[in-house]
Amino acid sequence: MVTWKNNGLSETKIHVSNLDFYYGITQALFDITMDIPSQRVTALIGPSGCGKSTFLRALNRMNDIIDGTRITGHVLIDDEDIYGSSADVVRLRKRVGMVFQKSNPFPKSLFDNVAYGPRTHGIKNHKQLSEIVERSLRRAALWDEVKDRLSVSAMDLSGGQQQRLCIARALAIEPEILLMDEPASALDPKATAKIEDLIDQLSDDYTIVIVTHNMQQAARVSDVTAFFYEGHLIEMGQTEQIFTKPQQKGTEDYITGRFG
Amino acid sequence: MTVHMQKEIENLKSKLLTLCAAVEKSLCLAVQSVRERDAALAKSVIDDDVHIDQTEIDVEEECLKILALHQPVAIDLRFIVTALKINNDLERIGDLAVNIAERSEFLAGQEPISVPFDFDAMAEKTQWMVTESLDSLVDMDCKRAHQVCAADDEVDALNRKMYKQVEATIVAHPRWTRGLLHLLSVSRHLERIADHATNIAEDVIYMVEGRIVRHKAEDYKSQS
Repeated sequence: MVTWKNNGLSETKIHVSNLDFYYGITQALFDITMDIPSQRVTALIGPSGCGKSTFLRALNRMNDIIDGTRITGHVLIDDEDIYGSSADVVRLRKRVGMVFQKSNPFPKSLFDNVAYGPRTHGIKNHKQLSEIVERSLRRAALWDEVKDRLSVSAMDLSGGQQQRLCIARALAIEPEILLMDEPASALDPKATAKIEDLIDQLSDDYTIVIVTHNMQQAARVSDVTAFFYEGHLIEMGQTEQIFTKPQQKGTEDYITGRFG
Repeated sequence: MTVHMQKEIENLKSKLLTLCAAVEKSLCLAVQSVRERDAALAKSVIDDDVHIDQTEIDVEEECLKILALHQPVAIDLRFIVTALKINNDLERIGDLAVNIAERSEFLAGQEPISVPFDFDAMAEKTQWMVTESLDSLVDMDCKRAHQVCAADDEVDALNRKMYKQVEATIVAHPRWTRGLLHLLSVSRHLERIADHATNIAEDVIYMVEGRIVRHKAEDYKSQS
């Protein structure tokens, strides 16, 4: 079992211990134990089917909606067990925002997309909503490009803009943690660079966990990298160390393209 | 690693080994020219340096190409960085061999000087260090690399001994002064070559273990 403690990097935001996950009788994650540092970017890498996306979704209980899944072990966010009997999933999803591989804006105006979350959480005052929309779009580095057309459909934006809109929508509910599942894999290099710059800026305030197949992207944007293989956490360490002198042969073979 | 990058790295290794062989030969011939007072041999060393310089440029361009096109990581990255640094050391050893050959050309035209100094021992030790450091590179053998690092002190000591003996001989035989100063330069060049061999060995240790051992003499002495 690999255990990684974020020695001195920053406080631990998410503490995962002895996490096993099953799709029916198939075990997808094996005894995962790790500390995810606060206000840092943690990248999850590994070949397809290694369990990294399953692990990411376990951090905000997104796997709950899949029939036949089962989880054991603990996921503590600020010492609160999100799988505990008293856990409130709605509150959890407010604390943990998520951005997906394919941008998924609602077929509504830009304003309504960003205001959707806050409205769901009971905010009705237009002035207050306007402030949240502007703040969220600014944080997602999209405000200057769309401030004069907030009423147009989100579907009219480019792919890169749609993805930043989804990030703004996730930020609108003031989460503490942002989970990103290959957020730039469908974007061109320019739009990818904007998302990566954004991740860098957001890490000042948010704890970010990102799944990526792009090794160079993991190296560029993350502070900590975790390598998964066949459902096991093989190695986790500071990104600089993982990409210059990994300790495990499996990690070295994967990042240098010798297998997978 | 992609097949494309594999080919590029093999090509780089081949060029680097060509440079290793050329530099070893140049050093060997330069030392031989001093020992045998052979001006023609010394001139061939000087003339052939142009090929070493060109190979050094080729190796550097290969390294830059791989960095730009393939963004290597982990062992591949450490190999490219090591190749860049070793390339530089090899070119400098080549230049120092030329410096030795230039002294040799002068000495060959002078009357033989008798110095109670074991030039052969110093030259052999230095050549051993160069050969051993390059073998440790080829075999990725840290143990041999540590032995090279530890041997550097021996060459330093021989160089200091040479200085004292030349000083004493100048006092005893002032008419040999110019020749003795040239001999002292040869000793100094050999000592610098041993330093470059040590650099190469330290870079091999970094490449294999990912650990920087420069400026930590005690560290490699304890492991050799």
